[in-house]
Amino acid sequence: MAIIEASGLTKTYRSKSGPVHALAGLDLSVPEGTVTALLGPNGAGKTTTVKVLTTLVVPDGGTATIDGVDVVADPQATRRSIGVSGQYAAVDENLTGFENLEMIGRLYHLGRRTARDRARELIDVFDLSEAGDRPVKGFSGGMRRRIDLAGALVMNPRVLFLDEPTTGLDPRSRLALWGIIEGLVADGATVLLTTQYLEEADQLADDIAVIDDGHVIAQGTADQLKAQVGGHRVVVTLVDPADGDAATTALRRYGVGDVESSGDGRTFGIAVEAGPSALQRVLADLGEAGIALHDAGMRRPTLDDVFLRLTGHVATGDDEDGDGGPARSRRRGRRGGATDAADTSGRADGAEAGRASRPGGGDPPDGADAAGATSESVR
Amino acid sequence: MTAVGTATSRQLPVAVTSPVAVWFEDGWTVTKRNLVKIKRSPDMLVFAVLQPIMFVLLFSQVYGGAIQVRGTDYTQFLMAGIFAQTVVFGATFSGSAMAQDLKEGLIDRFRTLPMSASAVLVGRTNSDLVLNGISMVIMMLTGLAVGWRVQSAPHEFLAGVALLLLFSYAFSWVMALLGMSVKTPEVINNASFMILFPLTFISNAFVPSETMPLVLRVFAEWNPVSSLVQAARELFGNVGSAPVPDVWTMQHPVLTVLVGIAVMLVVFVPWAVNKYTRISAK
Repeated sequence: MAIIEASGLTKTYRSKSGPVHALAGLDLSVPEGTVTALLGPNGAGKTTTVKVLTTLVVPDGGTATIDGVDVVADPQATRRSIGVSGQYAAVDENLTGFENLEMIGRLYHLGRRTARDRARELIDVFDLSEAGDRPVKGFSGGMRRRIDLAGALVMNPRVLFLDEPTTGLDPRSRLALWGIIEGLVADGATVLLTTQYLEEADQLADDIAVIDDGHVIAQGTADQLKAQVGGHRVVVTLVDPADGDAATTALRRYGVGDVESSGDGRTFGIAVEAGPSALQRVLADLGEAGIALHDAGMRRPTLDDVFLRLTGHVATGDDEDGDGGPARSRRRGRRGGATDAADTSGRADGAEAGRASRPGGGDPPDGADAAGATSESVR
Repeated sequence: MTAVGTATSRQLPVAVTSPVAVWFEDGWTVTKRNLVKIKRSPDMLVFAVLQPIMFVLLFSQVYGGAIQVRGTDYTQFLMAGIFAQTVVFGATFSGSAMAQDLKEGLIDRFRTLPMSASAVLVGRTNSDLVLNGISMVIMMLTGLAVGWRVQSAPHEFLAGVALLLLFSYAFSWVMALLGMSVKTPEVINNASFMILFPLTFISNAFVPSETMPLVLRVFAEWNPVSSLVQAARELFGNVGSAPVPDVWTMQHPVLTVLVGIAVMLVVFVPWAVNKYTRISAK
């Protein structure tokens, strides 16, 4: 049996505009030692799912077990085997990093000595020495998030819940936190994380459950989900937009379906059946016609494409069950809406670059959130 | 990398297991956490202490000269009123602090830990009792400086202090429940001001109720704050020969206050704990 099992979970909240079905029969199964990402927009039910599984919210219907223990019937036993890190770093600002972690250890009833030893250990491992002996007040969001995450690990829980672990962090802190999470995963933790960042799920999770309107609409590996959308796409970016018609013609010759173009009229893409050979042919045709290219390549569909295909809408939130603030949801809405080829491939490149730079970790951490240093210290 | 390890290394062993030990450990851990906050955010303590000092000086020195109370000196009359007002307002801090912890997600953090269900509230009310105790001592010293004198036996004096603090402790539970029921911490501050200000002022705290118009006088005589003030006045020996309204609660103020404290504890402790087990940050 999977370590996290949920079946038929329902939860309805009352709101001014009528009942909101935050969970509408959600089923989920997470095998031990794997990382599953709950992916979905604001209001999809991700946070409510985590709240039910971490005993914070009692579902209206359905059952959920963690390691065979019913979370509703025996919340105290459930709490002994889970670690939780929420959407907003829940650290006491007036306590030092060390005191925060020690307090959590005491509240897990580890006893005074073990709680202190463990706190000290986590301060080292998470590179928190700067915040170890000073009140958390005044430290960066990334630092708080690391203390919060360390808090979730105080007693080596078997199951970790990370609710939007990187929301609101700058890209650098986000990469640093990814490094930490990857380290935990390498150690064999079972992790359930929620995210609205599509590339975050792709990067961290073995298995992705796409949630929309309170239930899981698709589950599988990133590759399986992408396969549902289709194979490769060939994308070219022109130097001169005037060559657009020629490029469209060439792409249509070897592709399937319609050519998509970006807003600036320079980037064109199309789905193809056999990626590499289609790319070769397109390039040959364009070369023959003497068309100068700024960029050309083949890309796998991103999870943006997957989400669009599965839900019929892009990953924007309606923010109904309070998963996040309205302002943030609107901002994300605009970003998510821009799913043209140039934007998506640009972001994918950014993620690649981040990934590539981390293992090197060459630059010493001048700031607390230096990505390389943190991920290395965890490994 | 075994230090972070979760599933590969075993969960850390639990050292404290008996329910009673757990209850004490959790309550004490949260109390300590709250006391650290008092130490590290002195502005809070300064506010809690300066306000009563200001009230003592304002009423005794500014208004005092113009207020005549039948049968006693105004400063002797005033101090019990200031004590009562301070413990009533001091208890509201439990409400805003609970609301703040809820908003910041700390309640969610605590609720995912295998803690005793009452620990967060026990810790809250304990540390606020300490805060109220500190401001009580400061106020008494200020009172002594402006001429207030305890005119009762030491055991009566101690009983008076205990009664005031016990009242503030019980009232803290009421405010903590409110704090968990509001959307933002600011609501607690505003609401308590709107409700508690008239409650403390339309009482016998600062002036005798006998001079008030009928409706206000009846309200003041039955006002629980008046009973608290009257009880403190009696126990500190500050009543003098001032007349006491012929109302049962004013004739038996100590008993009235004790019953009030018992009722608050019996009703609001379980209610607040129950509420705590179902709240979560939005």
